[in-house]
Amino acid sequence: MHRMMILSLVVVVAALGAAPVVAQEAGHVKVAKGAVQIERGGQKLPATLGAAVQAGDVVATGPDGSVGITFLDNSLLSAGPNSVLVIDRFAFDSTTHQGSFESSLQKGTLAVVSGKLAKQSPDAMKVKTPAAVLGVRGTEFLVRTGDPKN
Amino acid sequence: MASRAALVVLAVLLLVGCAKPMRDDLYVLMPDKDGKTGVLSVESGGQQTVLDQPYAAARVTEPGRVAAAPITEQETRKAFGAALDAQPPRPISFVLYFLEARDELTPDSQLLLGRIVDEIARRPAPEILVIGHTDRVGAVPYNDALSLRRAERVRDELVKVGIAANRIRLAGRGEREPLVPTPDEVPEPRNRRVEITVR
Repeated sequence: MHRMMILSLVVVVAALGAAPVVAQEAGHVKVAKGAVQIERGGQKLPATLGAAVQAGDVVATGPDGSVGITFLDNSLLSAGPNSVLVIDRFAFDSTTHQGSFESSLQKGTLAVVSGKLAKQSPDAMKVKTPAAVLGVRGTEFLVRTGDPKN
Repeated sequence: MASRAALVVLAVLLLVGCAKPMRDDLYVLMPDKDGKTGVLSVESGGQQTVLDQPYAAARVTEPGRVAAAPITEQETRKAFGAALDAQPPRPISFVLYFLEARDELTPDSQLLLGRIVDEIARRPAPEILVIGHTDRVGAVPYNDALSLRRAERVRDELVKVGIAANRIRLAGRGEREPLVPTPDEVPEPRNRRVEITVR
């Protein structure tokens, strides 16, 4: 009986420890045209106007799709059709403007206007593609990546 | 005979394969909206290229193979039109000023509030950040409370004209972030303010 109680206590503590960390929102969808999806933890969510985007999300557009996201540091990222954008990491301290923002465009087109993170620290923002790493010292730039056969 | 034909086909395939680039990557630095231009570094397979002129561009055909050559505005439009058209509206900030030691707006700021409401109404899924500040007259805890009261006052005004309260976030920074630095206990109207960012 006693042993049973200890065991169940251990299970409860383990469960608490494994409780999912509440993901911080990184930004919000402000523009969505055609087919746009947010993939989060194996689930596919529709990217509706105002939908939250989190670190770890994969944002994908269809052949007729495009999407625009405003991040908490005022960075603006927008993707054209047939694009796959991964939000690898986003942390922003709204008081000090410190943190980091890393994203990867796996394919497609992307327009970027960097925000307060890149302004505060030149190494805070990075955009990756399968072939390159872009260091952002500000402010507005465009990225296209992909296999021309596709 | 059949094996020779296969060899020819293979040779042709190889040639075609070599002629085609592996990738079709394009990176372009754009002029900022205010006329200045930033800097973008492109690192690929150990090669680094720095773009620092408007419409400077780098093409990458395979990792480490980077060719830098400027691009025209029209070419940019052609390659990135859909992504550019999907850009969200730029975040915009306003400053409202308050009467001394009160949570009441100056008459000019009362007028500006109307413009802010129009700006919010124009935006898709708007978010509004309201941050209150004070000058350095009074103790720090008093000013913390006053700055938050000023932010709440602006929130109430926005809600009164129909803006959803759950779209508004509040903060009070007290006397910590003066617009105009002053010694302690010096009255400064420009520091008695609320900053509103709409995005």
